Amino acid sequence: MIRGRLLTLFAALIALLVLTPLIWMVAVSFMAPGEAAQFPPPLFPAQPTLANYRTLFADYGVGRYMANSLLISSLATVLALLFVVPAGYAFAKLRFNGRDAIFQALVAALVVPGQIGMLPLYLELKAMGLVNSYAGALVPWLAGIFGIFLVRQFCLSIPTELLEAARIDGASERMILRRIILPTLKPVLITLALFVFLGSWNDFMWPLIVLADQHLYTLPVALAALSREHVQDNELMMAGSVVTTLPVLLLFLALQRHYLDGLLAGSVKG
Amino acid sequence: MRALSRTRQEARAGWLMTGPALTAIGLFFVLPAFASLLLSFTDFDIYSLANLSNLRFIGLENYERLIGNPLFWQAMGNTMWFVIIGVPLLVATSLLAALLVNARTLRWRPLWRVALFAPFVTTLVATAVVWNYLLHTRYGLINYGLGKLGIGPVDWLGNPKTALPAILLFVTWKTFGYNMVIFLAALQSVPRDLEDAARVDGAGAWMRFRHVTLPAIAPTVLLVGILTVAGMFQLFAEPYVMTQGGPARSTVTVLYFMFEEGFKWWNLGSGSAVAFILFLCILAVTLVQLKVARRAGAI
Repeated sequence: MIRGRLLTLFAALIALLVLTPLIWMVAVSFMAPGEAAQFPPPLFPAQPTLANYRTLFADYGVGRYMANSLLISSLATVLALLFVVPAGYAFAKLRFNGRDAIFQALVAALVVPGQIGMLPLYLELKAMGLVNSYAGALVPWLAGIFGIFLVRQFCLSIPTELLEAARIDGASERMILRRIILPTLKPVLITLALFVFLGSWNDFMWPLIVLADQHLYTLPVALAALSREHVQDNELMMAGSVVTTLPVLLLFLALQRHYLDGLLAGSVKG
Repeated sequence: MRALSRTRQEARAGWLMTGPALTAIGLFFVLPAFASLLLSFTDFDIYSLANLSNLRFIGLENYERLIGNPLFWQAMGNTMWFVIIGVPLLVATSLLAALLVNARTLRWRPLWRVALFAPFVTTLVATAVVWNYLLHTRYGLINYGLGKLGIGPVDWLGNPKTALPAILLFVTWKTFGYNMVIFLAALQSVPRDLEDAARVDGAGAWMRFRHVTLPAIAPTVLLVGILTVAGMFQLFAEPYVMTQGGPARSTVTVLYFMFEEGFKWWNLGSGSAVAFILFLCILAVTLVQLKVARRAGAI
């Protein structure tokens, strides 16, 4: 009993230590400019103020970057679902020539990191006129092999007799996908949507490469640029970090079960 | 006749449903990956970018030049340090965290699991900015804490000796939760009665871990190891935001070097060669790990 309590206390201490950077980020973001540059470092604002947030939105156009991030992540999520879900289902349940060979090739492709092709991909998009556009930032999310795995894994557990029965009743393959498969896939769809949304929101290297115009910047790209100009403005940068990371953190907390289940389905079985 | 058309319909639907995804994968993943190999045999640079007729096939010259370039070797060396220190550090940290959260006597386990996982879902650039200030020489919390222990202020990101360990500390904080969750799932599948039997036989905590738990989760340790190696080879945003590769290029990783070659100097031929070497490194380390694990009987 006592051991359990001690252990719980220890876990609480570790959790506090791990969360300190995030708590401190929020605390400093409410401090007056220059307040954090003291010794010993203050842990909480003397007089909480929204001044940093006001500066970010009024003087540095963070609202625009936020809209860009929101737009790109939402579109990436919708498009990824449209591309990935039918493919995952087909690989699991529809018989067609070459299906298993193609799937094997996709498994093998998983060891190839996406960065390998980044330079040619840039040239390819340049030739297509997609560099420096929202579309250019979206493109990698259409080719999500991981999502295909996740959906396929889930579809394998759907009894084939169910589909056969629908076929005998005269349902077309498209109708089967929409009426039978999609409703049962709901949990995995939420997981996948969450993965893509968080992934594209947090993505840095590709948007940094493909988005050259400042008015197209996503939040991480804008924050990285801002942090180079404002090294001394501790409180302002913390507010920028809060604006950038809080939306995804809250989204994760709200849907954490879906996220963690998907992570396990993808890494352990896949 | 009807059955035949049914199979044909099914095959047609199969192609229709996989078509868009396969096209996208082909266009935006497979094609660039192969093009990268081809591009690495050319002198594609800013002149070829302006006019393709300036493009020449130069065989292995990019690779030869990289092998003779000390800056490339420095980037390789830095990345190796990230792998050599970072992988054991991350695997050990995540395993310890998983053992803690999995402990039977611990209360509110889901709460601790989410708390320790949270850093993984934060935006990397944002938390890297936060860590820049945590590591600040004069006003940072880390030096403040060390000062309490009597350790003088460390110029974490300004000293070539400490910048890489400081970034590793950040990377560990940011990613251990992911591995922890994978370990937790593996730990939960270790049969409880096996552990209880060892306990009855008088085996201590370490002996139980060493002889019961560890063999049971060995394949997961390997999986996490491979994922972490790949992750360490792909560090880019961390040095980009925290140190810009400095000081004295002590935190330039291979991927950062590729980014500079490609998008700072527009040497896309040479940059592609770097990308390809990076890929071979990841592949080689993964194969070695698989082989070692097979010999040790882990899989």
